[in-house]
Parts: sequence; structure tokens; C-alpha cells
Amino acid sequence: MEPGLLQIVMLVVARELRLAVRHWDQVVQPLIFFVVVTTLFPLAISPSLSELRNIAPGVVWVAAMLASLLSLESLFRPDVEDGTMEQWALSGQPLALLLLAKTVTHWLLTGLPLVMMAPWMGTALGLPVSVWPVLAGSLALGTATLSILGAIGAALTVAVRRGSVLLALLVLPLEMPVLIFGARAVDLATHGEAVAGPLNLLAAMLLLCLALGPFAMSAAMRVSME
Amino acid sequence: MVTLAEVSHSLSTTAGLEVRGLHLWRGERHLLRAVSFALQPGELLQVVGPNGAGKTSLLRCVAGLIEAESGEIQWQGAALRTNRDAFHRQLAYLGHINALKAELTALENLRYSVGMRRQVSLEQTQATLARLQIAHCADLPARSLSAGQKRRVALARVILSGASLWILDEPITNLDVDGIACVESCLAEHLQGGGSILTAAHQPLLEHHPQSRSLRLH
Repeated sequence: MEPGLLQIVMLVVARELRLAVRHWDQVVQPLIFFVVVTTLFPLAISPSLSELRNIAPGVVWVAAMLASLLSLESLFRPDVEDGTMEQWALSGQPLALLLLAKTVTHWLLTGLPLVMMAPWMGTALGLPVSVWPVLAGSLALGTATLSILGAIGAALTVAVRRGSVLLALLVLPLEMPVLIFGARAVDLATHGEAVAGPLNLLAAMLLLCLALGPFAMSAAMRVSME
Repeated sequence: MVTLAEVSHSLSTTAGLEVRGLHLWRGERHLLRAVSFALQPGELLQVVGPNGAGKTSLLRCVAGLIEAESGEIQWQGAALRTNRDAFHRQLAYLGHINALKAELTALENLRYSVGMRRQVSLEQTQATLARLQIAHCADLPARSLSAGQKRRVALARVILSGASLWILDEPITNLDVDGIACVESCLAEHLQGGGSILTAAHQPLLEHHPQSRSLRLH
């Protein structure tokens, strides 16, 4: 009996989770990077919370973005190198769906812990507790968008040796709007202003990426595998 | 009115794989020049030629991993580019890398790769591993298997996939004499069941099988 699409997605997710358990050190790497970078700022700038409060939204967002980029470089590489990706491409199942399932699992493993950790880091930088929901919400929308954009870049550069610099050059310009609106939302929230505008824009960007990203990923992957 | 000859002709061209006038460039090299062949159910076609002749490229091209510059590939009478997914569901491809995850055991590897195509029971998987004489490796991580054992696990994936067309690139690399005999019996069984096999190998496979032919690349 042929498996349905939902079963295929579950299979990819189960496989990714099992692999993550087997090499958990790689999974926690982005989170550690995020924590280290955000805690370095008070040491380098000033321990005074009033000063840190002004730069906190930007610091948290830039750290989250770089952590996401760091983890995405190796998103598809192991699977392409060991031939798994060829098998996926030849499985007769939609490659776009398989790659999206893999990317979503990757976000659950690396993006979501970051979203949950961010309020604590924000507090350490002097952000008031009232900003927590906006900080976590904007990061949840934003890191998911970054994951899909990064996955497209990773699929494009997977065949390039030392592709990480190229990946950053390709993807960072596309990620700028996410950074701008994400940090802006948190900044507005710290000053007690309405945040619906930037959050809506972040959600719109995520929906656009979810709708079109998988097809870009699969097209890029097929080119990379030639 | 359709004559009997036409009917049998249409049958012979629609059932299998047909490649016509394939040209492939890799960089500056014109690797494949007007390669044509047909492969019917129950047949084995072995691509032979020196290293660098384009055997792997031909297999990857037929599998749909690389696009040829010109030429036509037909599966069951329809062009490959128009029914790629249907073709891939009936294709099992074994490249020269095994597509095994080092961190996963042989059974887990098979569950996740074969599961993409169809549901197989644990007993079926274990029976196939036993057939390939690696039953004792089922719960070992692929990392700890020898090169020959990994190759056998990859072959188990091909057998379990239930596909009718097998494309095997150097299937017997790293296998010992026993292993080669075992693989040959699996191939013969697949042909017996109406499957077809396109393979590239330096040693002849199923040399004396009546349905075995070879295609030489220069």
C-alpha cells in the first residue's frame, strides 16, 4: 500500500527527530550561540540597564538571525552527501513537501528553543516583562521565515564547496525586512506603542515564504543535485 | 483497423523503458553521443565501458537526476518529463553512494527510506536482510557496518521498494564472492517476476542469463 502525504510528512519528521537525538550537540549549538552573544553585550557596552534597554531589541534579533543562519548552513548538506537526497528526489513523492517537512522540524528543534529562551535574554538586557509576548511572538514569526529563506539558500549552495559565505551573502539581504520589522515591533512594545503593524507584516512574510518557499527549495535542490 | 503486428509493436514499446538519441554534455565534454536502447520487462541491460565513459551519467540521466541536452526517454510509452512522479514510483535507484545514515541502524535506515514508497512489515524487512546474509546487522548502526555490509543494506532497500525498474550503479562494489552470488540470485528473481534492470558494473552480472544484454559506451 502506498503511503499518503501525511504519513510521508510524519516519516520525515520522525526521522529528523531521531537523528537529532543521536547528535544533539549540533541541535543545541545555535541556542548556545544565541545565549553567548546576547550575554556578551552587557560586558562590552555597559552594565547599566537603562542603556542596554535601548539596544536590547536589536541585540536579541541580530543574535537570533545569526544563530538561525549558523544552523541552516548544514540543513541539507549531510543528506546530499550521503545520497539520501537523491533517494528523496526519486521517491515519486513531492520533493517540495519533503523539504518543507524537514525545514519545519529543523525550526522546531532550533528555532523554537530560541523563541522560548529570548524573553529571558531580553530581561537580562533590561526589557520589561510586558514586552515578553511581543518579543517571543515576533521571533516565532521571524525565525520561521528565516528558516524557510535559509533553507532555499541552503538548497542552492549545497553543491558549492565552502558554501557558507555564499549562503550568507545570498540570504542576508532577503532576511533584512524580517530583521527590520521584528526589531521594530519589540522596540515599539518597549515604548508602549501599538505593534500590530510590524507583526502583521512579519506574519504576511511568513505566509508568503510558506506558500512559495517549498517550490523554490525543491527547484534549487534539483539543480544542485545535477 | 489495427493489425496484429501493430498491436504487438505498440505493446513492445509501451511496456518498458525506451531511450532514443540521448546526448549529454558534462562541462566541455560530449559524454553521451546518441545513446539509444530499449529495456523490456524481464530484461537486464548492463552498461559497460572504461572509467569515465559516462556509465554513471547515463544511469543518472535515465533516472531523472540529470537532464540530457537532447534525446528522449520514455517509460511505458509516455515521455519521462511529463510523468516523472509515476515513473519514480516504479523506479528503485542505487547510486554508488549507499544513502545510509551512519547514526541510524540498518532497520531504521530501511524503515525511513522504504517507508517513502510503501509500507513493509518488520518481518519482510528482516527476511530481506536474512536473504542478503546480514540478519545479524539489523540493529547495528550503519556506521559500524563494513563497506560490503552497507552495500547489502542498500540493496535490501532496492528489493523492498517493490519497484519494477531497478537502476543499479556498480551494485556489487565491495561484495565478496558469496555476496555477488546472492545479489545475482536476487536479480534473476526480479527478472523472473517481470521486472527490468539497468545496471553498470565492471564485472559481468548474470552473464549467462538468457535475458541479459550489454551496451558498450566508448
